Amino acid sequence: MKKVINSVTLRFPSRSSNEAFARSAAAAFVAQLDPTLDELGDVKTAVSEAVTNCIVHGYRDSVGTVSMTLKLLEPAAVEIVVKDKGCGIEDVRAARTPLFTTGGSERSGMGFTIMESFMDSLSVRSAPGKGTTVRMRKTLSQRVCGGAK
Amino acid sequence: MEVNQKREGSALCIELVGELGHHEALDAMRSIGESIAENVPRSVILDLTGVGFMDSSGIAVVLRAFQQTSAAGGHFCVRGAQKQARRVLDAAGLGRIISFI
Repeated sequence: MKKVINSVTLRFPSRSSNEAFARSAAAAFVAQLDPTLDELGDVKTAVSEAVTNCIVHGYRDSVGTVSMTLKLLEPAAVEIVVKDKGCGIEDVRAARTPLFTTGGSERSGMGFTIMESFMDSLSVRSAPGKGTTVRMRKTLSQRVCGGAK
Repeated sequence: MEVNQKREGSALCIELVGELGHHEALDAMRSIGESIAENVPRSVILDLTGVGFMDSSGIAVVLRAFQQTSAAGGHFCVRGAQKQARRVLDAAGLGRIISFI
């Protein structure tokens, strides 16, 4: 188990106006590890997908609470857990298939594929009626002068 | 997100400026769709130079613009996609069906 350097948990209503807030907050927190711009972009993208899934699918007919926990791990990694207590996913395997979507025309069905591509690992736990938890990890490059203090 | 349009010769250039996530996607789609429907251009350039961030909602926006232009018999291309946006679009394999300049 890697040592946690710093962590934060944010809880916010599942309103689409909070998507930009969530990805910007995640990027600001991860910036403590002095990531490259590409790595920061990857984290923002993965968070945006995970939070949007909560809003579009988890709480499709209601407004609920989305919880996002970020942990900075030694020597330079980030673990992100995005959780909702919404309707859950009946078939996680199908949901993770590229182009699969039950969302509207503005969804491409590529959310989980993007999370997998932009992070090192992704796990999805879900149960119908109970909600969904997405856990992602990414190791960041270690730069000579970087690191959270 | 801003959606601007201008003529470049016979082409219609639609320029997106800002972040393109799920929150912005429906409005962007609607504006782009109206621009293409009103102008019926022979060629559409979707300029993403000003898009500093895009998630998979951007894939749907680009695909819809491509499909609408193609259905009207026009040529479609994406211009100026920044690295992050290009990686998202590439993850969906759009580079195989859409020209990027």
